[in-house]
Amino acid sequence: MADISKDQVKHVANLARLALTDEEVEKMAKQLGDIISYAELLNELDTDNVEPTTHVLDLKNVMRKDEPREWISKEDALKNAPDQKDGQFRVPSILE
Amino acid sequence: MSLFDYTLKELQEKLHNKEITVSDLVETSFARINEVDDEVQAFLTLNEEEAKKQAKELDEQLGTDASILYGAPIGIKDNIVTKGLRTTAASQILANLNDPLYDATVVEKLNAEKTVTIGKLNMDEFAMGSTNENSGYKKTRNPWNTDYVPGGSSGGSAAAVAAGEVFFSLGSDTGGSIRQPASFCGVVGLKPTYGLVSRFGLVAFASSLDQIGPITRTVEDNAHLLQAIVGHDKMDSTSANVEIPNYSDAFKQDVKGLRIAVPKEYLAEGVDKEVKEAVLQALKKYEELGATWEEVSLPHSKYAVAAYYLLSSSEASANLARFDGVRYGVRTEKRVDMLDMFKHSRAEGFGDEVKRRIMLGTFALSSGYYDAYYKKAQKVRTLIKNDFEKIFEDYDVIVGPTSPTTAYKIGEKIDDPLTMYVDDILTIPVNLAGVPGISVPCGLSSEGLPIGLQIIGKHFDESTVYRTAYAFEQATDHHKKRPSLGGDK
Repeated sequence: MADISKDQVKHVANLARLALTDEEVEKMAKQLGDIISYAELLNELDTDNVEPTTHVLDLKNVMRKDEPREWISKEDALKNAPDQKDGQFRVPSILE
Repeated sequence: MSLFDYTLKELQEKLHNKEITVSDLVETSFARINEVDDEVQAFLTLNEEEAKKQAKELDEQLGTDASILYGAPIGIKDNIVTKGLRTTAASQILANLNDPLYDATVVEKLNAEKTVTIGKLNMDEFAMGSTNENSGYKKTRNPWNTDYVPGGSSGGSAAAVAAGEVFFSLGSDTGGSIRQPASFCGVVGLKPTYGLVSRFGLVAFASSLDQIGPITRTVEDNAHLLQAIVGHDKMDSTSANVEIPNYSDAFKQDVKGLRIAVPKEYLAEGVDKEVKEAVLQALKKYEELGATWEEVSLPHSKYAVAAYYLLSSSEASANLARFDGVRYGVRTEKRVDMLDMFKHSRAEGFGDEVKRRIMLGTFALSSGYYDAYYKKAQKVRTLIKNDFEKIFEDYDVIVGPTSPTTAYKIGEKIDDPLTMYVDDILTIPVNLAGVPGISVPCGLSSEGLPIGLQIIGKHFDESTVYRTAYAFEQATDHHKKRPSLGGDK
């Protein structure tokens, strides 16, 4: 059985940049524990000599020349932003 | 009878003979939406004004060289970006994305074929779910019985076609999200080979699994829609550069001598009796048509769901990092510092299932767990892929049910994520292996709910999948059955 502690949930939530309520932390600990326990089914399989699959097709890195071209304008790039000023995205201050 | 009961070929004839106009087709869509969408709830956004304007222009411009898709009303799943037309992926975090900046490659291709976009279709938020109950906006209903779910995540796309609100639609399939709702709603849905259709402009969920595909009423029209959206795209680095066949050629061939593999795991315990019976009847039909079938094994099937949830959630946790309340989307109104702005915007914008998967994925990728969960799942993926390759050495297609059951009642499974995940056991392996799969209607349950037959093919062998599906469709009447809605009652 995989037990996921509330502290573990809080740690992961911080990594994932999610604010969780205490209630959510508790619920998540149980649900993640259940799902991870289920996933431990995979340990039945010996995979020591198996290569991992990251991609099903035999595609290699696809390269192109790094050439500037027309794409969206600055005005367009900003038009769906929650906040903007002087042609830039505006965010809360990071430094005191 | 609705104009949408005709095939594309028949509609094209009627257009050229001036029996109907593109405006008639577009009116058919909006009239039907007015009539039944209060019941079905398939649409998130309608494109009515623009669609009607476009229909008039297309009526004026109709030439003899028009594409077979000319003027056909289409619905687009809401995770496919449409320039200037609200795109939310059914998430509240994108509630204000009213003016997207570009069209997805598939939408550009459809525009070139002159289809008419009717609107954007509901789905589970960011395509995470099997019922449409995870939408951040509304719960789409199954047109065959509105107490039941349409399936998911492309539930709106399947329901809108089944209800006759659009002629056809696009969905996306990461673990069964086209095939399972197609099965639940009694329509035809194809997940193409990974890499066949460009994913540029598809809101990414799990990038090593996601594919866009067509949902239609008939196999033939499914092939026509696929033909329009395939092809290499330099904007998608996972897009395959392969030769594209003419899919309609598949319909010239019968299935005499076709070798069908039926995995015993696909008819095992857990598969509903009526579903199993319908699939066995379909296999009998294939025998009559001259194909042969044998029982085989996909021995690693039982591990597919666990591997899938680790891999897809890990990829999702990375893909969904972009929703941070900075460049687009909704930002929290709380006056907090930068880090808390990210955390609260995401907490307020994402629904429960999306949060659960981001958490699972972040956990599986986190230091100390990566090898045990993420890498292990990637290795199991290799075993599952090998299972398929081995079968395809001796057989042309794999056939089984699309889903172990017919549609669930609304609310039946929503509080039990794990049980719901396990129900995707027959569709998920196909995504892990990257092969194509289609769901076609193969009967109705005693409750009057559709049952889907799944046909799986080799990489890039959509032609054989279509040939197999078409032979069954032509020999049966399942695809002609329609739900009773609105004025049909």
